[in-house]
Amino acid sequence: MDQDINITIIDRDGTEHAVQAPTDMNMNLMEVCKAYELPVQAVCGGMAMCATCQVYIKSDHDLGDRNLDEEAMLWEALHVEDNSRLGCQIPITSDLEGLIVELAPEQ
Amino acid sequence: MIKTDILIIGAGPTGLFTVFEAGLLKLKCHLIDALAQPGGQCSELYPKKPIYDIPGFPEVLAGDLVDNLMKQIEPFQPGFTLGERAEDIEKLEDGTFIVTTNKGTKHHANAVAIAGGLGSFEPRKPQIDGLEAYEDHGVAYMIKDPEVYRNQKVVIAGGGDSALDWSIFLADVASEVTLVHRRKEFRGALDSVEKVQDLVKEGKINLITPAEVTDVNGDGKVASVTVTIHDEAKRIQEIECDAFVPLFGLSPKLGPIANWGLEIEKNAIKVDNTLDYQTNIPGIYAIGDVNTYPGKLKLILCGFHEATLMCQSVYQRMFPNKKYVLKYTTVGGIDGFDGSRKEAEKAVIKTIDA
Repeated sequence: MDQDINITIIDRDGTEHAVQAPTDMNMNLMEVCKAYELPVQAVCGGMAMCATCQVYIKSDHDLGDRNLDEEAMLWEALHVEDNSRLGCQIPITSDLEGLIVELAPEQ
Repeated sequence: MIKTDILIIGAGPTGLFTVFEAGLLKLKCHLIDALAQPGGQCSELYPKKPIYDIPGFPEVLAGDLVDNLMKQIEPFQPGFTLGERAEDIEKLEDGTFIVTTNKGTKHHANAVAIAGGLGSFEPRKPQIDGLEAYEDHGVAYMIKDPEVYRNQKVVIAGGGDSALDWSIFLADVASEVTLVHRRKEFRGALDSVEKVQDLVKEGKINLITPAEVTDVNGDGKVASVTVTIHDEAKRIQEIECDAFVPLFGLSPKLGPIANWGLEIEKNAIKVDNTLDYQTNIPGIYAIGDVNTYPGKLKLILCGFHEATLMCQSVYQRMFPNKKYVLKYTTVGGIDGFDGSRKEAEKAVIKTIDA
């Protein structure tokens, strides 16, 4: 079995949550947040259609470019910064060991 | 006053299927939904997305699932109050309920089934200081009656289908249409994008991209908007207008239901999953994505199951002395309230000559 990776998720109160995420369960970052009952609504369920799972990438991991759906959703969402990503479009892989993200304000 | 047996709040797949199960028990249903069309998220958010976990459908588009459900429940003649949000609930002495919408429509029902999904969809508002003061005075987040804008100067903001479609429509109605979007790219149906391109060339739509409306100005009503252009110079442009319509999509809110005295946990309504999905208020049920209980899964197929058990509970509540015997549709067929009847073809008994 693959190793779990460590991710730090900073919630909207500024509290840091150190969580372990499996790399062998086809999970994405939004699903990890939900699994740990962090306040991510994930209204659309992961279709890049609501931006309620928007996060800011605080560490210098290379996540690649935003995909087209993600990019289009982020044009319309609020509180979008250069380091904004949709959690539902970020698959959990071993490259993300040590990732630090912060939840964006609610839409 | 609209009268019904079960008042269903939310016309998504779970709410719609409730009409069918209630109909088999000869109970009438009426649905309220804040959106203008039935189907909930399936119609509003992802009508063209395929769903793979509806039993019996290897693959079905969300929009087609809604069409099929509407066809399935047609014989049971459901009533609809669309484009209105359930606002208040009152429990009468006889245990029945009166639910009033934000537009004052009153519904009297024996039982209330909240099938509200993630809540009612509310327009996403841009962050502009003092914007609220102009609401209904030139600022609107949804276009209900385009005639309001006849011969007016209108500024529309947004980059999705509704911003494109309304810009196209209003190009022939308003005296001036300006479309402002943060990006040069638009996300919409290809023909809408092309049509806007043509209208821009013809001078019928004034397109400003990449830009953002950053201020609304006027004395009590909209007189102009300030547009900040996202180029290197960050130029600022003031556009005279009578109306500003930001169309940034919809986001769901549990809304007034949250104040109905129901037990709520993490934005969902707690129900009794050992029996009938009833809430802490007898006669009010919550089914589908809006409810929560140990092990809850927000799946359409779970909503269908919850709706089915709930209808049994409402039946017993309305007719405590009647014994109900489960009838299979394969055996009993379906008797619609419209007089229609569907049933299995009878087998024939006939000799086959050798």
